[in-house]
Amino acid sequence: MNVDWKIIRKYIPLLQQLVLRDLKIKYRRSFLGYLWSLMNPLLMMWILTMIFSYVFRFDIPNYPLYLITGQIVFGFFSESTTVAMSAVLSNAGLLKKVYLPKFVFPLASVISSFVNMLFSLVAIFIVMVATDVSLQPTLLFLPLGLVILFVFSLGIGLALSSLSVYFRDMFHLYGVLTTAWSFATPIFYPVNIIPEDLRYILYYNPLYYILDFFRKIILYDTVPDGSDIMLCIAISCISLVVGISIFRKLQNKFVMYI
Amino acid sequence: MNVLKKDIVIKLDNVTMNFNLAQEQFSGLKDLFIMFTKGKLKFNKFSALKNVSLEIRRGESWGLIGENGCGKSTLLKVISGIYRPSSGSVTVNGSIAPLIELGAGFDLELTARENIFLNGAVLGYSKKFIRQHFQEIVDFAELGDFLDLPIKNFSSGMIARLGFSIATIVKADILVIDEILAVGDAAFQEKCHKRMQEIMASGTTVLFVSHDADQVRKMCDKAVYLSGGEIVYKGNIEEAYKLYELGGKIK
Repeated sequence: MNVDWKIIRKYIPLLQQLVLRDLKIKYRRSFLGYLWSLMNPLLMMWILTMIFSYVFRFDIPNYPLYLITGQIVFGFFSESTTVAMSAVLSNAGLLKKVYLPKFVFPLASVISSFVNMLFSLVAIFIVMVATDVSLQPTLLFLPLGLVILFVFSLGIGLALSSLSVYFRDMFHLYGVLTTAWSFATPIFYPVNIIPEDLRYILYYNPLYYILDFFRKIILYDTVPDGSDIMLCIAISCISLVVGISIFRKLQNKFVMYI
Repeated sequence: MNVLKKDIVIKLDNVTMNFNLAQEQFSGLKDLFIMFTKGKLKFNKFSALKNVSLEIRRGESWGLIGENGCGKSTLLKVISGIYRPSSGSVTVNGSIAPLIELGAGFDLELTARENIFLNGAVLGYSKKFIRQHFQEIVDFAELGDFLDLPIKNFSSGMIARLGFSIATIVKADILVIDEILAVGDAAFQEKCHKRMQEIMASGTTVLFVSHDADQVRKMCDKAVYLSGGEIVYKGNIEEAYKLYELGGKIK
């Protein structure tokens, strides 16, 4: 692939401005502002913990931490990809009038969601402290996990943002798909409640491995095996390469369809 | 990129731009099926530009004239790189500052100050560059006390003024202007014209689309007359207008 680095460099300020805009607008005029990025996952966790500890009982040690890790990881994935999906179309007015590299828009959406998630990570630390989980050196693997998650979501986001230009049905379909996907990922339930003969669904789910990576380092104080790490890196790289290829292939005709 | 003779900044060689109207017309599976069975899907081609060839030299200012829908804006978009021509080649030597619809890159929720940085980045300026010219932009747009107000509260004239001052702050090699000089009140229009003249005096190449013949005559020394996507005439501006008026009468 020949990449024009000069163009990419020229538009890095644009990328910064777009991310800044998203972050500024997200909580503008709300009283608590960025605190919402922190409080939202905590409140959701609180509600779900009530439901699943008293109504349906799952036998998971430190269920709040188990749950909030799953929520934040999956929440970032679904939010960033959903926002990225409409990134090209919602900037149609601009793309029709000024020449701009089109990938800037989905990339900016994923980065904005990522920055938001970094605020949410504080919620994980709060739960760790509140549930007497000591901070282990395994947490040093957290940045690697975040990079893997980011790259994976970016790949899917790029693919979605270009496909949605041609098939607007994606907007309606993807909501259903992410719901299905969230149930196919052990966010709030333990893996062992899935019957053996259905577990292959989990094994085909890339997010299952990525989430497992996070839980190992946050919840179980274990360092993921080398093979697990390689698998996660491979998954995210494949996602990115496929996403970029689809995007590059489709982007030349965007202006005709937006 | 082809190597151009030094003073040629824009070279269009046999450029054709096709749109498939059929793609625009179907709005779902049902229509797609109907059009497919009628065999209409592939053949509804519309050529907005047909075999357009043009060479523009540094420092020239060209007016593009012709009826509505004759391909003027499409030509500007091809030159700006927004459209890729269906066939033929476009070579542009230098940076382009697009003045197409002012304020297209604004976000209404952001303040004027924030929008200056956002819109500047859309036009490809660095942050440092905008910071250096920030005061100049604000002064020219005459925003005064409204700098930190979200621009959704601005009048359309104020937004256009801000857009104009951001877009013209840079010394680009090529300035592309599509029907936007009717900005603000008389006093501000005068200011715009003055700035345009300054820009042109500094050697910037200008492409200008307008239906206001007086304005085109004032700004440009050459013209292209387009009709139905084809160049009828290129060269002397008076000649172009003569043909244009003649063409209107024949129709």
